[in-house]
Amino acid sequence: MVSQRLLREGVADETDLKEIIPPDYALDKGPVAVAECFQEIPCNPCSTYCRRGAIVLENINDRPIIDYDRCNGCTLCVSKCPGLAIFVINKNFSEDEATVTLPYEFLPLPKKGDVVITLDRYGSPVGKGKVVRVQNTRYNDKTPLITVTVPKDMIMNVRNIKVEA
Amino acid sequence: MINTDVAVIGGGPAGLSAAIAAADMGAHVTIIDRNHELGGQLLKQTHMFFGSREEYASTRGFDIANILKEELKERSVEVLLNTTAVGYYKDDGVWALEEGEDKFVKLKAKKTIVATGAMERHLLFPNNDLPGIYGAGAVQTLMNQYGVMPGKKVLMVGAGNIGLIVSYQLLQAGVEVSAIIDAAPAIGGYLVHASKVRRQGVPILTSYTVKRAYGNEVLEGATIVKVDEGFRQIPGTEIDMDIDTMCIAVGLNPLVELLWQAGCKMRYIPQLGGHVPVKDEDYETTVKGIYVAGDAAEIEEATSAMVEGRLAGLNAAHAIGFDNGNYAREKDNALKRLNALRSGPVGAKIRNGLLKLAEEAV
Ligand SMILES: Cc1cc2nc3c(=O)[nH]c(=O)nc-3n(C[C@H](O)[C@H](O)[C@H](O)COP(=O)(O)OP(=O)(O)OC[C@H]3O[C@@H](n4cnc5c(N)ncnc54)[C@H](O)[C@@H]3O)c2cc1C
Ligand code: SF4
Ligand code: SF4
Repeated sequence: MVSQRLLREGVADETDLKEIIPPDYALDKGPVAVAECFQEIPCNPCSTYCRRGAIVLENINDRPIIDYDRCNGCTLCVSKCPGLAIFVINKNFSEDEATVTLPYEFLPLPKKGDVVITLDRYGSPVGKGKVVRVQNTRYNDKTPLITVTVPKDMIMNVRNIKVEA
Repeated sequence: MINTDVAVIGGGPAGLSAAIAAADMGAHVTIIDRNHELGGQLLKQTHMFFGSREEYASTRGFDIANILKEELKERSVEVLLNTTAVGYYKDDGVWALEEGEDKFVKLKAKKTIVATGAMERHLLFPNNDLPGIYGAGAVQTLMNQYGVMPGKKVLMVGAGNIGLIVSYQLLQAGVEVSAIIDAAPAIGGYLVHASKVRRQGVPILTSYTVKRAYGNEVLEGATIVKVDEGFRQIPGTEIDMDIDTMCIAVGLNPLVELLWQAGCKMRYIPQLGGHVPVKDEDYETTVKGIYVAGDAAEIEEATSAMVEGRLAGLNAAHAIGFDNGNYAREKDNALKRLNALRSGPVGAKIRNGLLKLAEEAV
C-alpha cells in the first residue's frame, strides 16, 4: 500500500520511504541504488539492465527490491528507468560529504565543478551542492546522470537539482 | 482496385506490428495511414517507454517507431501514406481509400486489420472553445514534432499518464506548468511519472476540476474548483489560475467509425475506453475477415498494442493459409507476454473490461 500523499500529490512520505531506505551496512560500503518505485506497474528495465542481478523481478509487475549484497551503485540502471525513479546514494564520498546521483533531462546541463541548487521531492530548494560527475554517453541515451554533493544526512532528501542561469 | 492478402489500416505500434507479423507468415501486406509518416502516437513520444525489453522498454517512443519502420522495410510491405480509409462496402468487402485530397481508390483484401488508434476526449466547462485550450495530442505534436511552444503558462487538466508525461515534456521545452489538476481523488497515471513532475516543483491537485475559462479572444485565465466524492463542485474552494494555455488530457476513446460502418457488433465498456468491438481470441471482430488491435480495440498502452498487433497479424495471415512454420509458437509467445503485461494491479481495469466484453461475445 502506498501512502495517501503519494497517491494524491506524487510525493512519497516516510511510510513509503521506510521500505526502501538501504540498511546501514550497505550505506557504509559505498554507493548503492535506491528505487523509489512504489507501485506495481508492468515494467522491468531496472532488472534487465543490472549486470549484478541486484534487482530480480519474477513477474514484470513486481516492485523492484534491491539486493544490497549485490548492488555496488554502478548506476547502470539509473538512466534506463523510464520512471526516473532510481537514484544512487553514496554516504561515504568524503569525510564530511555524501553524494546523490540523479537522472537529469533538462538544459542547460551543469558541468563538473559547478555549484547547483539541490531540491527535494517537492522541487523545493534544500541547499547547494557541487557537481562532481556528469555522465552523458551514448549508453545514457539522452538521460544524463548528475552526481552532486550533499550533507550526509540529506541522502534521502535531495532528489533534483536546479541549475542557475 | 488494389488487391492484397492483408490490409492494415493505421500505422501506429499496433498496425506496424501486425504488418510485420503477417508478412513474416508469408502474406502480402498493405499498410495504410492517413498521416504522412508511419508511427502513430509513437512519433510524438520523446520519453522512454515502460514495459519489458521485448517491447522496447527504455527506448524513446520515436526511436521505437524507427525500429519498427526498419523491420517493415526488410519485409517489403506495401505502404500507402497520406491515405485515409473512409468507408467499407459491406456487400463486396471493399474498402474506400482517399489518397491525398481528392483521389479515391478501392482496396480489396482477404483480411483487414483495423488499428486506427484513438481520439481524445474533451471536457465541458464555460468557454472551453477559447483559443489557447488544446488537447494533449495537439500540444505534443506542436512541441515535439514541429518545435513550437504552445504557450508560456499552462494548466494541465488530467493526471493520467498522458497529462503527466506531456507536463514533463512542456517543462523540458521551458514552458511553465502552473499545476496539474484531476477530478479524481488519486493520481491516475504511474506514480513514478507523477513524482518526476512533482520534483520539478509542479503542484498536482487531485479532486479539482475546471469551473470556467475566461478571456476576450484568447484564453487569459481559468478558475478551478475542488470537487467532492460525487464530483460536485464545492463552493468557496475556487482558485484563479493565471495561465495562457490549458491542455486537456482527460482520456481517449477508441476510433472505431470504420468498425461501426462494417457492421461489427459493438459494446460500451467504460474500462476499455467506450464503444469497442466484440472480438474473439484471434482478434477477429464479429464481421468475418475484419480484425482489430491496439487502442481501437481498447485504450491501453503501446506495449500491449504491439503484442495485440502481432497476434492479429499472425492470425489474419494464418486464416488465409499462410504459415512459416512458427505460427503456433509465435502466437503462444505473444499471448503469454500479453497476459504478463496485464497481470498486475494496474492491469485490473483492462482485465475486468475484457471479461465483460467476453461475456458479451457469447
Ligand atoms: C502522451 C502519451 C504518452 C504515452 N506513453 C506511453 C508509454 O510510456 N508506454 C506505452 O506503452 N504507451 C504509451 N502511450 C500509449 C500509446 O501511445 C498508445 O497506446 C499506442 O500508440 C496505441 O497504438 P495504436 O497503434 O493502437 O494507435 P496509434 O498509435 O494511435 O496509431 C493509429 C494510426 O492510425 C492512423 N489512422 C487512424 N484512422 C485512420 C484511417 N481511417 N485511415 C488511415 N489511417 C488511420 C493514424 O494516423 C495513426 O497513425 C502514450 C500515449 C500518449 C498520448
Ligand atoms: S546500481 Fe548497478 S548494481 Fe545497483 S541495482 Fe543498479 S545496475 Fe544493479
Ligand atoms: S525501471 Fe524504474 S519504473 Fe520500471 S520497474 Fe524499475 S524502478 Fe520501476
